[in-house]
Amino acid sequence: MKTLSLLLGFAAVVLSLQSAAAAELGPVNISGFAGVETRLFPWNPALPGQQGNAEISLIFQPEFRYRATGGKHQFSFIPFFRLDSRDGRRSHFDIREAYWLYRAGGWEILTGFNKVFWGVTESNHLVNIINQVDLVEDLDGEDYLGQPMINVTKFHDWGQLDLYILPGFRERTFPGADGRLRTALPVDTGNPLYTSSLGQKHVDVALRYSHYFGDLDVGAYYFYGTGREPTFIPNQAGTALLPRYDIIHQGGVDVQYTAGAWLLKFEGIIRAGQGGTFAALTTGVEYTLYQISGAADLGLLVEYLHDGRGQLAPPTPFDDDIFVGMRLALNDIQDTSILAGAIVDPSTSETFYTIEAERRIGDHYVVELRMRFFTGADPGEILFSFARDDYIQLRLARYF
Amino acid sequence: MKNSLPKTLSRLLIAGLFATLLPGGVLAETTEQKGFEIAARSDRSDRGFGDSQVELKMILRNAKGQVTVRNISQKILEVPDENLGDKSLVVFNSPADIYGTALLSHARILDPDDQWLYLPALKRVKRISSVNKSGPFVGSEFAFEDFTALELNKYSYRYLGEEPCGDLVCDVVERTPLYEYSGYTKQIAWVDQSVYQTRKVDFYDRKGALLKTLSFEDYREYKGGIWRAHTLKMVNHLTGKSTDLVFSDFTFKTGLDNNDFQKGILRRVR
Repeated sequence: MKTLSLLLGFAAVVLSLQSAAAAELGPVNISGFAGVETRLFPWNPALPGQQGNAEISLIFQPEFRYRATGGKHQFSFIPFFRLDSRDGRRSHFDIREAYWLYRAGGWEILTGFNKVFWGVTESNHLVNIINQVDLVEDLDGEDYLGQPMINVTKFHDWGQLDLYILPGFRERTFPGADGRLRTALPVDTGNPLYTSSLGQKHVDVALRYSHYFGDLDVGAYYFYGTGREPTFIPNQAGTALLPRYDIIHQGGVDVQYTAGAWLLKFEGIIRAGQGGTFAALTTGVEYTLYQISGAADLGLLVEYLHDGRGQLAPPTPFDDDIFVGMRLALNDIQDTSILAGAIVDPSTSETFYTIEAERRIGDHYVVELRMRFFTGADPGEILFSFARDDYIQLRLARYF
Repeated sequence: MKNSLPKTLSRLLIAGLFATLLPGGVLAETTEQKGFEIAARSDRSDRGFGDSQVELKMILRNAKGQVTVRNISQKILEVPDENLGDKSLVVFNSPADIYGTALLSHARILDPDDQWLYLPALKRVKRISSVNKSGPFVGSEFAFEDFTALELNKYSYRYLGEEPCGDLVCDVVERTPLYEYSGYTKQIAWVDQSVYQTRKVDFYDRKGALLKTLSFEDYREYKGGIWRAHTLKMVNHLTGKSTDLVFSDFTFKTGLDNNDFQKGILRRVR
């Protein structure tokens, strides 16, 4: 997989550079960031093998883009590198994007690696299914691995249709035995199991419709293929969990209604193929108080998370939870913003707290603070193995 | 009978002359009508531009004179129907950390505009509330309502008189926002009598105090009699901060169509 990624990526770069060399064409645009990040864990680790209370990472994400004159052809190449001081599994390389996009009339055809984001809610990203989650990056599920695809888009007056053909399954990343924020038994990512005899080579497909009607934005899709969430099976020695990826059918809907300062949001899925067919949803509101003090805006968020999955499906901590949060945007030159929230399971009082803050320094640097705390998890619950993994993360990145 | 035809003609001519003179005459029409006509003439001078593309620098200055620069690309699609608004796409090229962040707007007249924000790090398209008309646009002295397309029917008008403005003579028109959530009680615009372009606007806040002044400088004429100011200077009188927009050359009729202003294209604006 990595070899394939590299080859495709380099092919895209070579193509771009070659095209750029032609006289009438423009230059390759280079941007991206390099950063240093540290995570500090105030509590000693709970699990055997976990090392130390601090880790440091170097991150590098250069971004190469090229657009042919007239814009009919576009190329993108975005590799991602993380080098982690402690967890070898967190040190990783990925191709976030490496694609060629061709467009003509109301058609667009994208071939290569890309990321696709569909969700509308903040606490959970239930409907996203095209990309695998890059879990070692962050628990919030907003980092994804680049997915190889052919994506055909057609714009109509009545909406946008997207067909995705997805060859080449990406396995979820998990922390190693050294790492924090892992399951009690580490996940053995080297020995995944597949219910399909085609394994990683199963070609997945998705079809999506999206449009807006006045203040209502809607999307609906159907996916058939290898589910991105694995179930876990202990290995024979009982020393690790083996991830098993199942063939699933999934339908999903995302809706946002924008009513003045209110945003009403809904995401729902129905999935078959992992035990009994089940449904899950995240729904809620975001209300913004504009210019509460000078230019600053304060957004208030409440969301309800429900998941009806059974024992045979991949575990989720969000079976019946409430998210409460606030987002403060100072709207200053430095784009200072703070997002703070908590996801609470009212039946167990298990709670996940999160704070994210960021601010630009000068023209090129961004400093970012993230804090995550876990309380109230009982033995046997998913977040219990994180009980001593509260952490504070600081990142300084230079953008270019 | 012989003379009747010329008489009728001359009467018709006189009547016609009056008819053409009357809209310009203050006596026979209200100041509201005259204000609207001046605004409409200015708006119509821009008709038929089709679509435009331009690069601009947004230069933000705080009260101490410290400067921050943002580079922006802007595309606009003209929607000829005066009861519908134009479509616009604003993409940030710098600062580097927001490279590729984009705002897509489908302006409407009295209803809130449809607006989508694209966040490139997440590749997420977010429909945003556009009731925040008076909020600052990316930390600048421009509010969202100053930055989106100026549509004729978003205001009511009142003619105040004429004044010299630089080398030109300007009609002075008061305009009152008719749409909800505006941060202004009124705006006073100076529109020149030569090529009908806005030269200056004073913005009055909700308390009726003078809040900001916007100056339009360096007007240049493009093919088809389309005029564009190349420097816009917004000064906030309360804070002492200012924001300049400095435009490069505009290109018109570049072949943009509705498919270039769909929310689905935000992923490929960079």
